[in-house]
Amino acid sequence: MTSPITAQAGGPAYDIDAIRADFPILSRTMHDKPLAFLDSAASAQKPRQVIDAISNAYETEYANVHRGLYQISEAVTARYEGTRETIRQYINAAHTHEIIFTRNATESINLVAYSFGRKFLEAGDEVVITELEHHSNIVPWQMLRDEKGIILKVVPVSDDGELIMSAFDELLGPKTKLVAVAHMSNVMGTILPVEDIIHRAHAVGAKVLLDGCQSVTHIPVDMQALGCDFYVFSGHKLYGPSGIGVLYGREELLDAMPPFMGGGDMISSVTFEKSTWAKLPHKFEAGTPAIVQAIGLGAAIDYVNGIGLEAIGAHEADLLNYATQKLSSVDGLRIIGTAPNKASVVSFTLDFAHPHDVATIIDRAGVAVRAGHHCAQPLMERMDVPATVRASIGLYNNRADIDALVAALGEVQELFG
Amino acid sequence: MSDELRELYQEVILEHGKNPRNFHASDDATNEARGNNPLCGDQLVIYLKLDGDGRVADVSFLGKGCAICMASASMMTELLKGRSQAEAKTLFEAFHDMCTGEENGHELPDDVEKLRVLSGVREFPTRVKCATLPWHTMVAALQGEDEISTE
Repeated sequence: MTSPITAQAGGPAYDIDAIRADFPILSRTMHDKPLAFLDSAASAQKPRQVIDAISNAYETEYANVHRGLYQISEAVTARYEGTRETIRQYINAAHTHEIIFTRNATESINLVAYSFGRKFLEAGDEVVITELEHHSNIVPWQMLRDEKGIILKVVPVSDDGELIMSAFDELLGPKTKLVAVAHMSNVMGTILPVEDIIHRAHAVGAKVLLDGCQSVTHIPVDMQALGCDFYVFSGHKLYGPSGIGVLYGREELLDAMPPFMGGGDMISSVTFEKSTWAKLPHKFEAGTPAIVQAIGLGAAIDYVNGIGLEAIGAHEADLLNYATQKLSSVDGLRIIGTAPNKASVVSFTLDFAHPHDVATIIDRAGVAVRAGHHCAQPLMERMDVPATVRASIGLYNNRADIDALVAALGEVQELFG
Repeated sequence: MSDELRELYQEVILEHGKNPRNFHASDDATNEARGNNPLCGDQLVIYLKLDGDGRVADVSFLGKGCAICMASASMMTELLKGRSQAEAKTLFEAFHDMCTGEENGHELPDDVEKLRVLSGVREFPTRVKCATLPWHTMVAALQGEDEISTE
C-alpha cells in the first residue's frame, strides 16, 4: 500500500491517503493492477465533491439559467453565476463579468482570435507565439494569418526547454499586437517567465494572452498583479468536468470586442432590422451554457482551495523531484525538458523503445501515461524527437505511482533492451 | 508480463523493428507516398519501383515509428517483390482484416504466413493503425497518391 507522503521544505503538507480517498477512480484497477494515473496533464480525475455537486445539481436543482421565473431556475442561476465569482477570486480578476464561460481553453483562444483578432489586427500586424505552444495556441493564429495577412513570429526555446528571452526581445517591435504564450509547457513542464514577458510585451504596446491550461492547477495566478490581458484554461484539467472552459479578459478589451457567436442570451434586444448586445459577460455566451459543468468547476475550485495551491505545489514539486531522480537512473532514458523552473510534468524517451511501445507495455502494468506528440508537433521537431512518453503529476499522485512507472519501464527493458 | 504483450512483441517483430529490411530511400522509384498517423506522429515513406508489366520490381521505405510500425513495414517490403499490383492490394486487404479481426473473406496466402506474427495487435485496438500504416501507404503509392493520413 501507499505510504503517507509529506511535502518537504517549501510548503505545508497534506495527508495524501485522505486526498486519494476523495477520488473514487483511484481505487480501481487497470489490467488487474493498481491504477497509477500519470496523465493528469491531459485530463485530471474528479474528486467525490465534484461528482456529488454535478449529480446534486441534476437531482435537486436543475433548470435553464437566466430565464426561469421560478425557484429552481433562480437557484441554479445563482449557483452558475456563483461559479463565476469563485473563478474571479481564484485568479484574482478585478471584475466577475471579466470571466467568460466557454467550452474549453481551445474555444477561449479561438474566441480571442476571432473577435479581438478580426477587429483589431490588420495585415502586417504581428502575433508572437513560442516553439513550445500546444496546437490550440498555434492553429487559431494561423487561421487568422491566412484570413487577415497578419504575421506569426515564433520565439525559440533552448535545449533545456526554456524560452530564449533575448530572441523574444528581438521579435518584439512596433508591429507586435499580441503575444500569445503558454504559462507552462504541457510537454516539458517549463514555467515561462510570464511577468517578464508581459512587461516586455506591454512596453511595445502589445496585448498578452496566457494559456493557463497547465499552470492553473499548480501555480497561483493573480490577473491584477500580472496585468495580463487574456488568460484561458479548461475545467477538466482542474479536477472539474469537461465541456467547460474559461476566458478571462480585461473589461475594456472585452467591451470593445464584438460577439463571437450570435444567439439567445447574448442579446439585449432583437428586431429583424438590428440587434443589440447584452452586457459582459453574456455578450460572449450565446445559447444555453454548460450549466452543470460550470457548477462542477466551481466545486472543483472549492476543492483545490480547500487543500491550497501552495500545499499542492509543494507536494507536486516533491514528487517531481522524486520522479526525476528515479527516472534519471533508468539506463537509456533521456528527459526532454530540464528547465530549472518547471512543474509536474516529465517527458522522456528511451533509446531502446519507441514511446508508443512504452505506453502499451506499461499500460498492462496499470500505469497510465501519454505517449505521442502531445499536440505540440513543432516542439517535437525542435527537440528532435518523434514523440515522447509523458508522465504528469496531479495533486493525488504519490510515490507508489512513480515506483510503478519505473518498475514498468523495467519490463520495457526486458523486452526491448 | 502479460501473454498478450508477449504475443504482440514477438522476437521476430522486435528483430525487424531493430533491423528493418529495405530501409532506405530510392532514386528510381516509380511510385512513392508518405504516410502519416497524426494521432501518434508516426511517419514513413514507401518507395516502389514497378517494372514494365506493372509488377513490383523493388520496394523500400524510410521513416520513424514504433516497433510495430517499423516491423510491419520491414516485413511488407520483403514480401512485395515480384507481385502484381492486384496481388499487392489483395495482400493488403488480407493483412488489414487480420489486424482488425474483421472477417471479409480475405485470407492470407500461405506464402506470407509469417505476417501472422503481427496478428497480436488485434488485442490492442489503439495499435492496429501502427501495423496497417505502411500497408495503407503502399496502396496509396500504387494508386498514385502522394500522401495518406490514418486517424
